[in-house]
Amino acid sequence: MDSHVIATQPVHDAHEAHAHAPYLRHHFETVEQQREASSFGMWLFLLTEIMFFGGLFTAYLIYRNWYYPAFVVGSHQLSIVLGTINTAVLICSSFTMAMGVYSAEMKRRKALVGWLLATIILGGVFLGIKADEYHEKWEKHHVPGLNFSVQDFTHPTDAEPALPLDMAQKTQVYFSLYFAMTGMHALHMVIGISILLVLVVKAWGGAYTAGHMTTIENFGLYWHFVDIVWIFLFPLLYLISRHQ
Amino acid sequence: MHFISPVLWQFLVNWLTHFALFPPEASEIAPYTDSLYFFLVLISLVGMTVVVLLVVLFSVMYRKERNPEPTQIEGSTLLEATWTIIPLALFMVTFVWGALLYFRIYNPPTNAMNIYIVGKQWMWKAEHPGGQHEINALHIPVNRAVQLTMISQDVFHSFSIPAFRVKREVIPGRYSTVWFKATQIGTYHLFCTQYCGTLHSQMIGQIVVMTPDDYEKWTNGSTSGASLAQNGERLFASLGCSSCHSGNADSHGPSLAQAYGGKVQLANGSFATVDDAFLRDSILNPTMHQIAGYSPIMPTYQGQVSEEGLIDLVEYIKNLNSNYRVQQTLTTSTVQSTTPAAPAAGQGMVKQ
Amino acid sequence: MSTATIVKLPPQETASLPKRSYLNSEYGLKSWLLTGDHKRIAILYLISITFFFFIGGAMAGLIRLELLTPQSDLMATDTYNKVFTMHGIIMVFLFLVPSVPATIGNFVIPIMVGAKDLAFPKVNLLSWYLYIVAGIFTISALVLGGVDTGWTFTTPLSTHYLNTHVITAGLGIFIAGFSSIFTGLNFIVTIHRMRAPGMTWFRLPLFCWSNYAASILMVLGTPVLAITLVLVILERAIGIGVFDPAKGGDPLLFQHLFWFYSHPAVYIMILPGMGVISEVISTFSRKRVFGYTAVAFSSVAIAVFGFFVWAHHMFIMGVSNYSALVFSLLTMLVAVPSAIKIFNWAATLYKGSITFETPMLYAFGFMGLFTIGGLTGVFLGSLGMDIHLTETYFIVAHFHFVMVGGMLMAFLSGIHFWWPKMTGRMYPEALSKLAALTTFIGFNLTFFPQFIVGYLGMPRRYAAYPPEFQVLNVLSTAGATVLGIGYLLPMLYLTWSLKYGKIAGSNPWQATGLEWQIQSPPLTENFIETPLVDHEAYDYEWLAHQTEHEVQTVG
Repeated sequence: MDSHVIATQPVHDAHEAHAHAPYLRHHFETVEQQREASSFGMWLFLLTEIMFFGGLFTAYLIYRNWYYPAFVVGSHQLSIVLGTINTAVLICSSFTMAMGVYSAEMKRRKALVGWLLATIILGGVFLGIKADEYHEKWEKHHVPGLNFSVQDFTHPTDAEPALPLDMAQKTQVYFSLYFAMTGMHALHMVIGISILLVLVVKAWGGAYTAGHMTTIENFGLYWHFVDIVWIFLFPLLYLISRHQ
Repeated sequence: MHFISPVLWQFLVNWLTHFALFPPEASEIAPYTDSLYFFLVLISLVGMTVVVLLVVLFSVMYRKERNPEPTQIEGSTLLEATWTIIPLALFMVTFVWGALLYFRIYNPPTNAMNIYIVGKQWMWKAEHPGGQHEINALHIPVNRAVQLTMISQDVFHSFSIPAFRVKREVIPGRYSTVWFKATQIGTYHLFCTQYCGTLHSQMIGQIVVMTPDDYEKWTNGSTSGASLAQNGERLFASLGCSSCHSGNADSHGPSLAQAYGGKVQLANGSFATVDDAFLRDSILNPTMHQIAGYSPIMPTYQGQVSEEGLIDLVEYIKNLNSNYRVQQTLTTSTVQSTTPAAPAAGQGMVKQ
Repeated sequence: MSTATIVKLPPQETASLPKRSYLNSEYGLKSWLLTGDHKRIAILYLISITFFFFIGGAMAGLIRLELLTPQSDLMATDTYNKVFTMHGIIMVFLFLVPSVPATIGNFVIPIMVGAKDLAFPKVNLLSWYLYIVAGIFTISALVLGGVDTGWTFTTPLSTHYLNTHVITAGLGIFIAGFSSIFTGLNFIVTIHRMRAPGMTWFRLPLFCWSNYAASILMVLGTPVLAITLVLVILERAIGIGVFDPAKGGDPLLFQHLFWFYSHPAVYIMILPGMGVISEVISTFSRKRVFGYTAVAFSSVAIAVFGFFVWAHHMFIMGVSNYSALVFSLLTMLVAVPSAIKIFNWAATLYKGSITFETPMLYAFGFMGLFTIGGLTGVFLGSLGMDIHLTETYFIVAHFHFVMVGGMLMAFLSGIHFWWPKMTGRMYPEALSKLAALTTFIGFNLTFFPQFIVGYLGMPRRYAAYPPEFQVLNVLSTAGATVLGIGYLLPMLYLTWSLKYGKIAGSNPWQATGLEWQIQSPPLTENFIETPLVDHEAYDYEWLAHQTEHEVQTVG
């Protein structure tokens, strides 16, 4: 490498020194190094996220063990149809995101923008359905702390077996965890969509179709991660013990 | 001397009269704790001396003026292994010793007398089986094993008696226990050591250790008239417990006579020991302690009985040797329920 | 790339401040607030953590003043509770956790590994802004009327029984957590991916190893604290019931989750300090650190074991006997790597050529105080002993020996060690030695009596205490006064030295790290050309060889 940086020069000159790769940040030696560093950083960040959700999953496991009947009945209150639709929506959004990454790789600007927009729309649909589910919980008085009533569990209107009062009260723990887990997941979706909006604008300007697509790739990782969290949440909250 | 400064003088007097390195050793366990402490202080002193000696010695011997040219040394596996293994060995001794002590402190002997403690912001309530109630004080006889069954009404507290070297967290929603055998007559500090809010530092009290005779006198002099079990009996009747737990063959609930201390099979197939915690939990969360062979019809009494009430009930069930009196109360309470005398029976209920 | 790998600058005697450096490459507030330069961010951090240190220190002063007398006469118990809570929150989350990594680490790690900057300069800046936002939250909790949960946020006290600004303070810590996650992430990626050619893992200075270990803890531990605080905040704000016994939740779960972070946090705080000590001891005895590999791996061992000892904070809370055994055993094991480090440092002195500059004095202070802190940790890890000692002043003294006697000594050692590199100036040596001595004496006077008063049974977090504990508390307060002076002194003379200090030159200590082979203060991009490393860390023969062969000069 003959064009070493003259460090005494202000930073913007350094960029010019690397005219062959304008997206190479001044402190990296090679594009390869920059790429590896960013994706390594992203994976580490996802590890952090795993620990973040890990705390919630631990709580879920413990309480599920203690208050099994309450958790069974609680999960019966969730709409398996909406949950399945949402799962499908999220998997589709992962697909559109992957296609976005692929388009960036192929340097197709318009396709990239299109796929990213599709991802945003699917993310929006997911959040819409989630909001509808939350609304339903509110109407049924299943929001612990704010408006909770054990009525549905002690005197069920449908074919559900009635829970004794003490166990019925434990459904609050189930719904607390339901809201904490899906709420944190939804928050990640909202953050993801906000970032996507920025990415779309930048992609429209051609920022990721000139060979430098680490940002898109890393965002793709994040999006898939959020997707995977849902893939765990869906069976744990909606599906397990459905037959009982 | 005191013309120099009265404050300083007072300080010195204070120092000389109050200076102590150890709290009094007033329980059977205290000397054991102290000997482990001495051992630990000793290895700390030795470790400290070795480190300081090495540092001072090398600093003097190899200071630049004396040793201008350093000799580079890579390391020494042998030496490093030495100072890995020796501390490790010492720490293992500490671990085993500490573990033995821990089990000694937290495993009560079977003949211990039981006193109940309820912690709340910011006071300690002690409930003796004989019905004596105390606040921020605990009277106990000397040379007798005492077990405390403790629970908190609100937040975490911690029951600490430095002179006995015992301490245990007092937790909302579950019983914790601690035991000790006082060996010295006297009055000792009782502290709440877990931060519990505004008046945490005033959640203190006295442990009064008395001779058996004095204790006897104190017990007789401060009884409230009814023992915990008697209070429990009233509560048992007024809550209607006796209608199901009557001990009759056709009753809806299991017989409680002589149930305490035994093992029962639960509906989910596992076995549980009937202890204080089990009884308390069964009253509050009956579904989670469903006994095999009975249907889950017992309602929860959560929010209806105070912690003191629960203690009364537990103490009652503990001492229930036959169902004779249960059936008696069953008949009387049916009779009484039509008479105005009924509220008197419910006296012990809902103290909150 | 040429083989004349590392640039030599003129020796100290003839040194002048270089014309260009990171300090004068750009001017104006904006150039600082929007900088991507790790060195400038380090300076920003240094200023902000000093600010918070003195706020936390003022709280400590108030605590000691209140404890001068047995009654709660200086302030109401309520106020006292708020004061010690703020002291804890500020000192732990806004000073100790970011102290060495975010200031010294930020400044020297990229240079040590031979990089121009950390891997993600923008994330680095973001992490400083997060820190500032966290600070604003914490300060506003203080200004709005305080918070009195204790820094441990014990539920259900924090969720249901207090009407102070728990949520504000909780958000502050939550945000500070992300600041430290980003710092840790940046360090890990930088050490993995940004090392200069020839800089193998085992040529890294030990400071990098210990910060690497601490970063792992930051990245994996902090998110658990974050989610725990989220649950506490949700429970307080809308009343969900994960930790609420009235709804079926278990407050002990909170303890587990909280200590799952907060015990490793202790190692997040102390490990970078240990790295500083390795550098300082080696430099001032002009000798390679004894058993480099053992010291490096002991950092990693501490990090790994550190994750599996959290329940030793809960021995008296009714964890099962068997888990108490396991956690006590692991606690004993985690003490061993620290012992290895202490002995290896002592052995480094053997056959060295030792001088006693200020950083070295602080390092000696560290070794003594940390040994006491570590050994008293063994007292507390021992199950039966813990019953009597926990929640008393013994534990207060123990963690102050580790955190203040250990970490703060290490931090000051590091600041004095790298100050010439950061600013290009020396500080007055005699005064700084006096400060080091004052700190040491003041520290011992403050905290040693607390071991005794703790064994006597005085509980922590008490605004009022039985009168027989007064003598020891008076000693402690007297010591705190001395300690306060010891901390004020460096701030004064270091500030003074910015303008009037002697010019330091590139390598005033004749140290071997890459950061000492470039000018002080360094250029914005650190190196004129990427260094090629062909020697081990702490290779003083190589350094001597370099000095003999005059290489190019810049400036």
